[in-house]
Amino acid sequence: MEQPLTQNIRPDRPPLNLAEYADAGGYQGLQKTLTQLTPEEVTHLVLESNLRGRGGAGFSTGRKWSFVPMGDDAPQPKYLVVNADEMEPATFKDRLLMEGDPHQLIEGVIIAAYAVQAEIAYIFLRRCYVTARKRLETAINEAYAKGYLGRNILGSGFNLELYLHMSAGRYICGEETALLNALEGKRAIPRSKPPFPPVVGLWGKPTAFNNVETICNVAHIIRHGPVWFKKLSRVPDGGTKIYGASGKVRRPGAWELPMGVTIREILEEHAGGMKDGLTVRAILPGGASTEMVTPVHFDARMDFNSLEEVGSRLGTGTMVVIDDRTCIVGLMSNLMHFIAQESCGWCTPCREGLAWVAKILKAIEQGGGESEDIDHLRLHTRLITLGHTFCALAPGAMEPLQSALTYFEDDFRRHIHDKRCPWR
Amino acid sequence: MLSEQEKKEIKAVASHYPMKRAAGIDALKIVQEHRGWISDEVLSQVANVLEMSATDLDAVATFYNFIFRRPVGRHVILVCDSVSCWIMGYDTIADHLQHRLGIGFGETTGDGRFTLLPNVCLGACDRAPVMMIDDQLYGDLDAEKIDKILASCD
Repeated sequence: MEQPLTQNIRPDRPPLNLAEYADAGGYQGLQKTLTQLTPEEVTHLVLESNLRGRGGAGFSTGRKWSFVPMGDDAPQPKYLVVNADEMEPATFKDRLLMEGDPHQLIEGVIIAAYAVQAEIAYIFLRRCYVTARKRLETAINEAYAKGYLGRNILGSGFNLELYLHMSAGRYICGEETALLNALEGKRAIPRSKPPFPPVVGLWGKPTAFNNVETICNVAHIIRHGPVWFKKLSRVPDGGTKIYGASGKVRRPGAWELPMGVTIREILEEHAGGMKDGLTVRAILPGGASTEMVTPVHFDARMDFNSLEEVGSRLGTGTMVVIDDRTCIVGLMSNLMHFIAQESCGWCTPCREGLAWVAKILKAIEQGGGESEDIDHLRLHTRLITLGHTFCALAPGAMEPLQSALTYFEDDFRRHIHDKRCPWR
Repeated sequence: MLSEQEKKEIKAVASHYPMKRAAGIDALKIVQEHRGWISDEVLSQVANVLEMSATDLDAVATFYNFIFRRPVGRHVILVCDSVSCWIMGYDTIADHLQHRLGIGFGETTGDGRFTLLPNVCLGACDRAPVMMIDDQLYGDLDAEKIDKILASCD
């Protein structure tokens, strides 16, 4: 099984430096890009490879790049922004990639910037990723010294400045337009769309915007081609995926596997199944904004389309495993507390609605719930939806709640009836 | 007054952006690195350097978890309270920390040694429950391990 993204990553040693990375085949994708390919050809190869955005939305990377205006009339300068603000609960895949092989990300950044002809790139890194910061800074300095960044890269005439921006901790910055405001030094509230960032982004200029894991795939696609990339996957979406599992499994962790492995395979073969005496009741496939999936659907494949067929989403692909000794109402209360706290406060349904949902859940969990609370929660899952809110944060948060009410309504009723948490 | 060193560092990072105000977060972090927290006076001075109003900069500063607008202890303890850590025993370790330090979340010990803060997912869910002290991550926590870690802080 090929594992291009993690082939250089060993937990027991520091990441490869530039020379070692090059010896392992690194920067060949960059050489090929700058000496043999036009920007449009790079975008076309990525489009052909069926690479879909690994931040959670799953949008075609090649299509996204193709929206960026090209040619002499395009507004200048253009930007590339890498979203490394990994703050989605239970998600730790981008940290693994940045700490484990920083040059893989940098090579991808240069190729992606070339494809859209961006001359300035930012990696927007979350504050808590201190090790990733140190390793990326070292690698960026090496890349400048080698002439892979800066003016006239490899004599191609292409220029690129790459800056590492360390954020100061706020979940909403993961939303792309909020991130753009954050980079501009404003309060990180989302912007209205359209216009979309590829056309009107950072400081009003065209801005390509991708997740860390997405960008890490790019050099491999250029080096080995779209046919090879598609073969890595078990489904039409190309490539491998960094999957993960946390919760009360025997071996929590993250693994690079073919896109489209089943939930059961990850849970049993890689995470080692549940700890002794525990049974799994459900999983959250990829973060705080994905619907629960119950064991009847564990043969579903972990890819963008297959999970939609069972009423959920791939999200970040790092699953939370919920066992039978964990209270689902308590877990929902935790998730909604998080999301209410992280609301940027800009629009009313999110600012007020989420706080109300969190309050109801806390009351139920602590034994103070009332029978009509379940209807109130259901009402909020219908009211806090896309079209009522400014961005997708609050509607996303309603997804796990809605699924908990569908699959585990009885748990809520027991809390309300017993006036206490039966799991305590 | 901002020191020459602080001004120099702010100027260097401001060159990464086409507009000065974009360096706001970086500038506040630089100053916080030197002083531990951001007082009103310092905030105004940073705003001056960035040619923006103090109110504007404060709106940005207060938006983020890691810009401290009040004094903090020598060591800031960030305890992950997100879903995976919650499943793996956040409540127990949060109780233990509060009991051991004699403070609640958002408070600083009387000797100025520790500030205790909750934090969203620290991205180390395979080692849950986790906490971070002074940029160092600690995983697979239990009461005994926490006591040892606290004892190792000056």
